[in-house]
Amino acid sequence: MEAKTISANPQASGTPRILEREPLVLHQRSYSWITNRICGIVENKQPLYWWFLFVPSVLLTGLMAFCFTYLISTGVGVWGQKQPVAWAWDITNFVFWIGIGHAGTLISAILFLTRQKWRTSVNRAAEAMTIFAVMCAGLFPAFHVGRVWMVWFLAPIPNANAIWQNFKSPLLWDVFAVSTYFSVSLVFWYLGLVPDLATLRDRCKPGLRKLLYGMFALGWRGANRHWSHYETAYMLLAALSTPLVLSVHSVVSFDFATSVVPGWHTTIFPPYFVAGAIFGGFAMVLTLMIPVSKIYGLGDLITPKHIDNMAKIILLTGTIVGYAYSMEFFVAYYSANAFELQTFQLRGLYGPSTWAYYFMFGFNVFAPQLFWYRPFRHNLWVVMFVCMCVNAGMWFERYVIIATTLERHLTPGSWRTYEATWVDKYTFLGTFGFFMMLFLLFLRFLPVIAIGEVKGVLPQSNPHHEDHGNEGIQEEDLMNYPDRHVPRDAAAA
Amino acid sequence: MSTLKRVHGYLAQFDSAAALYHAAEQVRDAGYQRWDVHRPFPIHGMDDAMGNPKSILPKLVFVGGITGTCVAFTLQTLTQTNFWSSIGLGFLQTLAETYPTVVQAKPTDIWTLPAFFPVMFELTILFSAFTTLFGLLGLMGLPRLNHPLFASQQFGKFSDDGFFVCIEARDPKFSQEETKSLLEKAGGKNIELVQDEL
Repeated sequence: MEAKTISANPQASGTPRILEREPLVLHQRSYSWITNRICGIVENKQPLYWWFLFVPSVLLTGLMAFCFTYLISTGVGVWGQKQPVAWAWDITNFVFWIGIGHAGTLISAILFLTRQKWRTSVNRAAEAMTIFAVMCAGLFPAFHVGRVWMVWFLAPIPNANAIWQNFKSPLLWDVFAVSTYFSVSLVFWYLGLVPDLATLRDRCKPGLRKLLYGMFALGWRGANRHWSHYETAYMLLAALSTPLVLSVHSVVSFDFATSVVPGWHTTIFPPYFVAGAIFGGFAMVLTLMIPVSKIYGLGDLITPKHIDNMAKIILLTGTIVGYAYSMEFFVAYYSANAFELQTFQLRGLYGPSTWAYYFMFGFNVFAPQLFWYRPFRHNLWVVMFVCMCVNAGMWFERYVIIATTLERHLTPGSWRTYEATWVDKYTFLGTFGFFMMLFLLFLRFLPVIAIGEVKGVLPQSNPHHEDHGNEGIQEEDLMNYPDRHVPRDAAAA
Repeated sequence: MSTLKRVHGYLAQFDSAAALYHAAEQVRDAGYQRWDVHRPFPIHGMDDAMGNPKSILPKLVFVGGITGTCVAFTLQTLTQTNFWSSIGLGFLQTLAETYPTVVQAKPTDIWTLPAFFPVMFELTILFSAFTTLFGLLGLMGLPRLNHPLFASQQFGKFSDDGFFVCIEARDPKFSQEETKSLLEKAGGKNIELVQDEL
């Protein structure tokens, strides 16, 4: 994209020139163009691609349902877990999906608090993805408990013997963290949808659709009384979700870190898991948003700048993850703990599952390094390739941490190489179908981009826009970056 | 067919966010109380332009959050420790039929508290988030099934690219002529007297 240069001080030509920021919406689109383009996705017939994806997704969801039915009717033995590998694909899949669910809240909360306006084009889809990913994640521990009809034992109510849950256990912390995360993400997503549901309502002809959109839009009138409180609420939810999103994967990592298993009992786990979750989540956001943008013609809203920014976040978090992998190894050596050192030697050098370790390292640490080079961040094929690597690599990371650690437990007498069964594999495949089906239904019935928020970041939405004219420094830019936008001569004077 | 109608107020359309902002300043300075602006996205500084106070929502959410912390503290200490007995409120534990279960060799006095922090944190967030949601709905006066403004044909544009000011008839300063001329002077277009069917 071209960066247009304009003069900071039109009177004095020859003074240092400044770079204008890249616009967030290309081709100076109007409000009604944005409304029509985004609502059009919901109102028009879906393209053939949608059906090509939707039909297999529904079939895979059926496969998932079949696998779970088979599991319930036969017993958890149909999964490949045997002592000492009691946690394997199911917990790997749980951590994988919950990690993917982290990008949505990161985009909606942390990028909101840091005033990253580019988030508006991707936050809606990322939040939807978060909710669907957490739904997929929740299935695995629920079935892992063995007798799924007893899963209500996890809820903080006493069972028939008046025995309460053990609140000192990280597994119960996890129940609270994940269910809080799901509830808060849902509230955040729904509140964000309300103004856009009103837009859909106002465009519908009277009928069932209008009734339903109208009911969920709650009677929104875009009044200042609404927006004023709404913005405060949005800010509060962002401020609440920021520590929440960091806590959820920290708590997930406590499931491992608070145990005494070599390879799990490390203090680096919470930041390492959080960075990995953001990393994997952004890869999944790009995996979904690049095709959506191409199929539905949203290139003016999801611009190369958006993809570039997300690629940079993937590069950063991927490098943090690489640091964590290396630091784990170093600490295993430096601790002089024979068990810890042996765990890592078996994991990365001569154990039965070193292939998983190499996949993990290559996909997560080396592949994102391509993003140092700007043309790669702007080539959608390269971006998609790296994101696919990361999606796979993050699954291998959890597999390495969980299954390969347990394969070689403290006593060599109990060592066993883990093998997944077909039920493990098809259940996991099925959750991809479930996830895709929910996402495609979301595309079909709800606005994929936050219409109101994108309109709010257009230059003409600033009420002081016309006071300053279209050229020159905007007041807002001066407040944000004084030294970057004011020429040195002017700053000195 | 009912023919009884009640005047809801005047609705005027404006061209841009800036025009709406300046119109709001004029209506505020004219001393109106019962009026509002309708627009497709939030405009920063509109509260000042309208002379509205800040939202009280953060105070509600603070109370909600503290409630969450207390609920989590009570739930966990009541079911896992002897804390309530040690401060002379043992009847609470009898009432709720709870007794501390010793697991992982953790103490049953108050000093096992750090193990309760994660759940206290999560419930603080959960209660705050729900207080935000329901507090917001209360402050917005939503949900409601209908509103007189929806009778206006042009009002539907507010969710697309329309900017509107509506001055309600129940405002003490409202008069059919003066209010209309104020809106005209501020640059309003398509000025419409919105009527509510009774």
